[in-house]
Amino acid sequence: MSKVMVVTSGKGGVGKTTTSAALGAALAQAGQSVALVDFDVGLRNLDLVLGAERRVVFDLVNVIHGDAKLAQAMIRDKRLENLSLLAASQTRDKEALTQDGVGRVIDELRGRFDWIVCDSPAGIEKGATLAMRFADVAVVVANPEVSSVRDSDRIIGLLDSKTCRAESGEAMEKHLLITRFDPLRAARGEMMSVEDVLEILAIPLLGIVVESQDVLMASNVGCPITLHNPASPAARAYAEAARRLLGETVPITTPTAPRGFISRLFARKAAA
Amino acid sequence: MLAERFKTDPQSQAAGAPEPRALPKIVVRGRSFLALIIAPEAPLDAWFAALDQHLGRAAALFAGRPVIVDLAGTADAADLAVQALDGLMARELRIIGVEGIEADLLAGTRWDGVPTVTQGGPSRPMPTPDEPPTTAPAADAAAPVSAPPAAPEPEAPASRAPPSLVIDRPVRSGQSILFEHGDVTVIGAVASGAEVIAGGSIHVYGALRGRAIAGLVTGEAARIFCHRLEAELVAVGGHYRTAEDWSDGLRGRSAQIWCDRGALRLAPLD
Repeated sequence: MSKVMVVTSGKGGVGKTTTSAALGAALAQAGQSVALVDFDVGLRNLDLVLGAERRVVFDLVNVIHGDAKLAQAMIRDKRLENLSLLAASQTRDKEALTQDGVGRVIDELRGRFDWIVCDSPAGIEKGATLAMRFADVAVVVANPEVSSVRDSDRIIGLLDSKTCRAESGEAMEKHLLITRFDPLRAARGEMMSVEDVLEILAIPLLGIVVESQDVLMASNVGCPITLHNPASPAARAYAEAARRLLGETVPITTPTAPRGFISRLFARKAAA
Repeated sequence: MLAERFKTDPQSQAAGAPEPRALPKIVVRGRSFLALIIAPEAPLDAWFAALDQHLGRAAALFAGRPVIVDLAGTADAADLAVQALDGLMARELRIIGVEGIEADLLAGTRWDGVPTVTQGGPSRPMPTPDEPPTTAPAADAAAPVSAPPAAPEPEAPASRAPPSLVIDRPVRSGQSILFEHGDVTVIGAVASGAEVIAGGSIHVYGALRGRAIAGLVTGEAARIFCHRLEAELVAVGGHYRTAEDWSDGLRGRSAQIWCDRGALRLAPLD
């Protein structure tokens, strides 16, 4: 039974594309066949994060319009053979997407892959609503700050009303992934705590990914973090999140700042 | 014309049923609808002549619409009532009931058993539709058309509809709950950027972070109660205050908001 998963957030820049690539790769590393679909038509990025930008010939819009067959447009990852990408079109805009067309492509992908990961664009307009439209599972990506949390709350409302599942009265499975979590700033009270975010959004927590240079470096070299630096805390958090999506029970621990940092912080405060 | 909704228990229905397999669930629903009320008056010959003239101009007035006959004008004589009903049926009006008459007065006649309507809202004269004013206005003025057929007013929803709405999940940012007919109870939080608007009071068993606007119908009698006050704006009966206008001491506490002689007041509940 294949699953369609949307990675969404409402707000831009919170880490949707990084998360799509990392979770997709982690699921593929766990033996699942995975299709990554970029819905950010006009502002595509998933191809860069996967290092496939030079291999894009056909894209999602071509497949929707019948200019290319799905098999022609799918780009297989060179490192993980069970990970494929369907890129977005950079030269078009979201109006090129149609609900029927997206529905047809998703149906066809369901027949070929275990997981279809839809990387949603920011916002609540056509691109974002079509990315979530056919999903069975949603991963809501939020940073621990008020604007991101409020936008995520808005998105959860849309997931519960505008998706096919919601309209047919079925429950939409929703998970919260907190990204760019900075334990140091959280300890100083400069950032919302995990508890605060969970209290407001009231959906189950899938994982907490710390803010780190490793994530940035992986994106720059065009390799999902779970492949590029599997030992890094961020990669481990994504790998564990993927295991939770596959139904495993893996306890979640809130990342804390190294002891030295906190004591130094307090020492500085005492001195000041 | 408003009945309740019944759901019969399939087990009790199955008793005595010949088929052993599970029977379909019987759902009886109630609904209110608009019926036309027409009141014949003696002498009936003149009244029917007027009606015929009326139907000649606006044939569609009664077409397919349920009609209730107010027999108060003919109630002293059963013959007259029967004659009136017969006359209306001959004109293909769909009579679904009578009013203004004792049911036993029709006993023994061919109208024995016609439903007697006793309940319903007050009726008021309804302007007769489908009358192009170009059609002989002179004749229209001259014709001694009796009281135009009146229709019962649709039941005031506030009196019949469930007086409260319960929402058992969080109200998310961007969502708007509007319930004019009574109170709204939210079990969960009302998010920042969400709003709840109620005809009556608002109860939030969770954090109220968005807007709560109470008393759309009941005015200053309404109140807002919340488990945790973190609202952006509260309003009761048209008086509103934003979060800037109340002390930080109330923030995060369970609170109530009400109107006191035209001023909005907030106080902690704990």
